[in-house]
Amino acid sequence: MSIITYREALNQALREEMDRDPRVFVMGEEVGLYDGAYKVTQGLLKAYGEKRIIDTPICESGFTGVGVGAAMLGLRPVIEMMTFNFSILALDQIVNSAAKMCYMSGGQYPIPLVVRGPGGPAAQLAAQHSQSMETYFYHVPGLKVVRPTTPADAKGLLKSAIRDDNPVIFIEAETLYAVKGEVPDDPDFTIPLGKAIVRREGTDVTVVAYMGMMYRAMEVAEELAKEGISCELVDPRTLRPMDTDTIVSSVRKTHRAVVLEAGAGFAGMGSEIASEITEEAFDDLDAPVMRVTGENAPMPYAKNLEQLKTPSRAKIADAIRRICNR
Amino acid sequence: MAQAKTATLAPRLDTELARRLVYQMALIRRFEEKAAEMYTLGKIGGFLHLYIGQEAVAVGATSTLRPDDYAVSSYRDHGHCLAKGSDPKRAMAELFGRMDGLCKGKGGSMHFFDRSVNFLGGHGIVGAHLPLATGAAFACKYQGGDQVVLCYFGDGAVPEGEFHESMNLAALWKLPVVFICENNRYAMGTAIHRALSQTEVWRFAETYGMPGEAVDGMDVLAMRDSVGRAVERARKDRTATLIEARTYRFRGHSMRDPAGSVYRTKEEVEREKERDPIAMFTERCYRDGILGEADVKLVEKEVFDRVDEAVAFAEASPEPPPEELFTDVYKD
Repeated sequence: MSIITYREALNQALREEMDRDPRVFVMGEEVGLYDGAYKVTQGLLKAYGEKRIIDTPICESGFTGVGVGAAMLGLRPVIEMMTFNFSILALDQIVNSAAKMCYMSGGQYPIPLVVRGPGGPAAQLAAQHSQSMETYFYHVPGLKVVRPTTPADAKGLLKSAIRDDNPVIFIEAETLYAVKGEVPDDPDFTIPLGKAIVRREGTDVTVVAYMGMMYRAMEVAEELAKEGISCELVDPRTLRPMDTDTIVSSVRKTHRAVVLEAGAGFAGMGSEIASEITEEAFDDLDAPVMRVTGENAPMPYAKNLEQLKTPSRAKIADAIRRICNR
Repeated sequence: MAQAKTATLAPRLDTELARRLVYQMALIRRFEEKAAEMYTLGKIGGFLHLYIGQEAVAVGATSTLRPDDYAVSSYRDHGHCLAKGSDPKRAMAELFGRMDGLCKGKGGSMHFFDRSVNFLGGHGIVGAHLPLATGAAFACKYQGGDQVVLCYFGDGAVPEGEFHESMNLAALWKLPVVFICENNRYAMGTAIHRALSQTEVWRFAETYGMPGEAVDGMDVLAMRDSVGRAVERARKDRTATLIEARTYRFRGHSMRDPAGSVYRTKEEVEREKERDPIAMFTERCYRDGILGEADVKLVEKEVFDRVDEAVAFAEASPEPPPEELFTDVYKD
């Protein structure tokens, strides 16, 4: 175990997988000479050379499609989106090419591809650079979608994503890159895709959250413990495939669920999780599932408005108190 | 590197090659005619985009490839897939939506894939497969092989950003890909002069610093000559090429536009049909004494039999079982 940052954990994962498999390469804007816009690929060009660390011009659809085409021939590309906001330009390649190729070819052309980069609310980056992009992807059969909360998850899940034979959308966060945590050094350490984790055990209410919302939930849980409310925190880690079993068995124990989501709530991940819980565990519920989500507005620049956009600790705590009748 | 080229019969053209070219063009023609018939009988559903009139492009181009080279196409993909060597039986079964189809009936007309002949698919979103071709060429280079990728698309893909992104990347990174624009003058119903500020498509090659040329796409030998040179360039020094094959589709955009007569005149269509690529080539072969009429009759008979056999095979093939709905969504 070492204590390293989330950014370093990702960098380690890339190095270990590139050492392990010569078919793995990294491609994207500023990944090489610039050492990565957010320094996730720092030092990789020096270590692996231009053949495997490839700077691209600004053409998200073009270079993502290149990744898909290369994957058809058996390579294992890791495509970096400088930020996931730019992935909208590559949406056709991800949704129509990568996600469907295995299916429409009758299994002849699986696409072992990772598209990774930061996404979600950032710090005053305004409407076009600060949005939760996972919603655009987890709807699509054929894609896997990962949102890793901790440095260890970032490393273990990225390694699994690279080894997976399917296209994996791997969305990190600008706001988490500097977060430190314990990360296993073992190059064989991986975390399987599709497995949720209980981050804090509790008895009164299940709170489902990931990324920044999970960190907020951990603080709230600490605070509410003092009031006698015991929160169980479940982090899905992989949004597709979703580990519904872990979430539902937690709800069967606590009988209450609050789902947190940083992005706009309408038709969001919170809706999906709430409906899964309702369908699977309706008889176990003592209260309707509650959602606490981002407001249904684009991300504003002004700091005060930005703070109103994403669920605050107070708002989360209020919802939990309410569902627990406190 | 300009102007449409009209090839003279190369000395290398022998009876065997001539027979093969006629055979493949006739096979595609007959396959498409039969597919149209099956469509009107309700045996084939969805969209069906026929390649009739453009056969010389796929056949001339593919005849320059090695079996381990790759080809990738748009949704008008039957001709390219058959030219690459796919079994017409499995192709027809795919159109019928049957289990023995190339893709177990899950792709259909627009999505033929055949790994056994390195056919990387028919792709339904205009322009989207140009980056895929570029990526396949990237992989060939990465893996240290000398394979080449042929990428077919229509003039309708040229205004798309992905055409320009792919041309740029292929030239910038020196990738072994040959872009073949089949300029049949209409993107669905939009004439090329209504869609492009530069209608001489091959000239975009200059912009991206790669060789480019226009070629008579109704002349199978001209195609063979032009693509052959491009393939050699790609194989030897990984130079990408843009070829504008000037061709014409004799049918409408799809079976839902059977006459294709709203946006073009009947006179124009009839005039173009006089430059039928199969008839032009066979007549030249007769003239030069390379093939006799009996040879061609024999080829036609073979092709008819083979397509009839394909229909019988497709009819007999079972529908994909219900569990196929969920297989191949993910690879385990």
